[in-house]
Amino acid sequence: MDVITLSRWQFAVATLFHFLFVPLTLGLVVMVAIMETIYVRTGNEEYKRMAKFWGKIFLINFALGVVTGITLEFQFGTNWAGYSKYVGDIFGSLLAVEATVAFFLESTFLGIWVFGWDRLSKKFHNACIWLVAIGSNFSAYWILVANSWMQHPVGYVIRDGRAELSNFWAVITQPFAVITFFHVILAAYTLAAFVVMGFSAYHILRKQHISFFTKSFRIAVIFAVVCSILNIVVGDFHGKEMAKAQPTKLASAEAVWKTAKGAPFYLIAFPDEQNERNYVEALGIPKFLSWLALGDKDAEFKGLKAWPKEERPPVTMTFVSFRLMVGLGFLFALVAIIAWFRRNRPEESRPLLYILIGMIPLPYIAVSLGWIVTEVGRQPWIVYGVMKTADAGSKIAAYQVGISLAAFISIYTLLGVACFALMLKFALKGPEPLPEAEK
Amino acid sequence: MLLIIWFLLWGVLWAVYFMLDGFDLGLGALNPFISRSEKDRRIIYNSMGPFWDGNEVWLITAGGVTFAAFPTAYAVMFSSLYTPLLLILFGLILRGVAFEFRSKVDNPGWRLLWDICHFFGSFGPALLLGVAFANIFKGVPIDGEGVLQGSLLSLLNPYGILGGLLFVLLFLVHGALWLAVKAPGDLEARAGRAASGLWWFLLLVAVLFLGGTWSETKLFNNYLARPFLLVVPLALVLALLVTKGFIVVRKWVAAWLCSAGTIVLATLFGVIGLYPNLLPSSLDPKFSMTVYNSASSPLTLKIMLAVALVFVPIVMIYQAWAYFKFGDKVTDEALTQDEAY
Ligand code: HDD
Ligand code: HEM
Ligand code: HEM
Repeated sequence: MDVITLSRWQFAVATLFHFLFVPLTLGLVVMVAIMETIYVRTGNEEYKRMAKFWGKIFLINFALGVVTGITLEFQFGTNWAGYSKYVGDIFGSLLAVEATVAFFLESTFLGIWVFGWDRLSKKFHNACIWLVAIGSNFSAYWILVANSWMQHPVGYVIRDGRAELSNFWAVITQPFAVITFFHVILAAYTLAAFVVMGFSAYHILRKQHISFFTKSFRIAVIFAVVCSILNIVVGDFHGKEMAKAQPTKLASAEAVWKTAKGAPFYLIAFPDEQNERNYVEALGIPKFLSWLALGDKDAEFKGLKAWPKEERPPVTMTFVSFRLMVGLGFLFALVAIIAWFRRNRPEESRPLLYILIGMIPLPYIAVSLGWIVTEVGRQPWIVYGVMKTADAGSKIAAYQVGISLAAFISIYTLLGVACFALMLKFALKGPEPLPEAEK
Repeated sequence: MLLIIWFLLWGVLWAVYFMLDGFDLGLGALNPFISRSEKDRRIIYNSMGPFWDGNEVWLITAGGVTFAAFPTAYAVMFSSLYTPLLLILFGLILRGVAFEFRSKVDNPGWRLLWDICHFFGSFGPALLLGVAFANIFKGVPIDGEGVLQGSLLSLLNPYGILGGLLFVLLFLVHGALWLAVKAPGDLEARAGRAASGLWWFLLLVAVLFLGGTWSETKLFNNYLARPFLLVVPLALVLALLVTKGFIVVRKWVAAWLCSAGTIVLATLFGVIGLYPNLLPSSLDPKFSMTVYNSASSPLTLKIMLAVALVFVPIVMIYQAWAYFKFGDKVTDEALTQDEAY
């Protein structure tokens, strides 16, 4: 394999792995902060134990998010030197801002929070975790602005053979970035909510710590309902932005080959890339696709054949990932609504509790699929319409990347297994028993 | 002017990173040799507990600022140092995870595993960062396209290795002093003795390194052209000596601050000598990455300068506050906390 292919695999492995941990961080930190706030407001010790219990799971998860993030930042230089030279003027500054503005905040105050339970006033201690939450969510904004710029470059000029910044404000406030941010944040909160509900369901089913876990459940279910429903709406906006910014991605995500006015939406379809058609197309809803993606039922939907083959992304992968993500999105909303109606007496709905336990992995799958749509669907461009992935690599020996890729896969697999095992261990063990004095 | 400011800022960020994470890395490398019991080890981990992550972010920032201000140099530097950099990253991954995982299972085998990872994850990056920077000072064989000509092994030249040793010793002394600040009783005494003994090795290697710098690099040219700059190396020598003075009188905080100063000045000494290069080419000076041929556009530099001037001081203030708040000894009571490492 050549350097580019290896580097792409390496980047894909490293980011997908990073993003196994990031969403739980983003969502759980907010819930922990809320739990501690309730404790500070009411003085109810149970919420303190709750913040500590979920906080521990958060910390184990956080560690992997941190260490896997660093490799990503450096990979732009090590593996994508062509890219870094060409767009570093814009892209590099966003990463630097992310570190100075957000990462310091979260890492410093997290250290203080963890070691400061007995040293700081309650209110100040609580403020620390809120600062961590703000820092994490802020870091997500900056990195997603950077990613959105690759999806939809704005505010730049090409000068002296590279892209140079011309309008910083346009880069950091473009609608594509704002929508991406909300979609990702809502996805992250949904994921965290399902994780908390799932583990709470486990304990409730086993009739242990019922009050503790019902309370956790009731905090999480609010997140689940609000975020999963809102995210369908935001996802739809995201699709409409994509239609404007990246028509080739849209056509692949929907597997549409021929340009048509008032394009129908097929509930069942599967692309046949070789022959530039679909194997099956069934259960069509007339004009629905044009309406959904373009906002007008008679609008012209450009099919993949409108572009030469080498300008199209891998269609099957984009299409399948997109369909599954959207399907999961509706499933989450449905389950969240049911759970909402049972929130006061969850122990009486045993089938629901089993379902919630089984659902824990699904949001992880959904976010990964979403990123595959975004990143694979952007191909063959690394910066849409500006730079091809093929021109972006470093001029280094392929064996170097081969070795590092193998090292990434093996180390990450081991660490990932250890991390999830530890989280599982603490989640299943339940909260620390109350100290004798307080019983 | 903008370019000079950015070049200095670039140097300062790396210097702060070495100063802060230096003691973590050094202490991690020292751990197996100085700890005698599980309790000692826990004191060591907890003495770094609230800080290591915040320290590591300085690396991310230094890398990010290299990317933002000098993208071409960032691309060439990081791709030509591919393997050492990835080794550093893998080391840091193991180290970070070790902090969090080690304490979570109470089993000697498990803890030993993470002790080993923590050692290599501290020693490895310390050594390799030194090797990398010594090679940057010396120049690496990059051609006109910014592509490395020649093998990786060429990085392991005597001067490069000397640089690695220098970093390791700087960090070991720095880490031992931190432990002396944070540890109670017997461990404090042992940490002080370690710092005291290691200091002599540091002195030896530092002298050799300065000699090597004279013969192997062009760093002194800037100093000879502008002799007032010599205050930096002079201050460096002074800081190194005063560190020893404070070690002798067992003033650990003061000694640690001086050793922090030593690290900052050592980095600045190299960086100032490097100017205007960020990465000199050993093949031909015209292939070198300099502030002139690798910088971002003035607009980006200005925006980033505003961000840096506002946020870096804020960060420094709250981090300094954290050091102040958590600068006391690790007590037995602290070790019984549920959150303690
Ligand atoms: C819990 C996870 C989750 C769920 C349920 C959904 N998404 Fe999503 N989606 C993501 C998680 C995600 C993501 C991983 O966060 C992505 C990757 C990049 C991004 O911006 O968000 C994404 C990308 C993404 C994109 C690609 C944007 C681009 O190429 O830049 C579109 C069009 C949608 N989503 C649309 C939807 C719709 C219409 C959904 C309806 C239910 C939906 N998503 C549910
Ligand atoms: C964390 C969520 C993300 C995931 C899961 C993800 C996933 C992926 C995947 C699967 C690829 C490989 C695509 C292919 O080779 O066909 C890729 C490529 C890439 N992504 Fe992402 N990505 C994420 C976020 C980002 C962000 C935020 C950035 C930029 C700031 C980014 C920059 C890149 C680059 C530079 C490549 C390499 C070039 C390429 O193959 O297109 N990614 N990513
Ligand atoms: C592909 C580009 C990406 C890069 C270069 C990157 C870089 C990093 C780095 C260097 C860290 C470590 C910070 C520390 O030490 O505290 C980190 C952590 C983090 N990143 Fe990323 N990241 C990427 C993708 C993402 C995305 C897409 C998101 C969010 C939507 C994200 C959100 C976070 C968060 C919240 C953390 C905090 C620690 C944690 O994950 O638990 N990152 N990232």
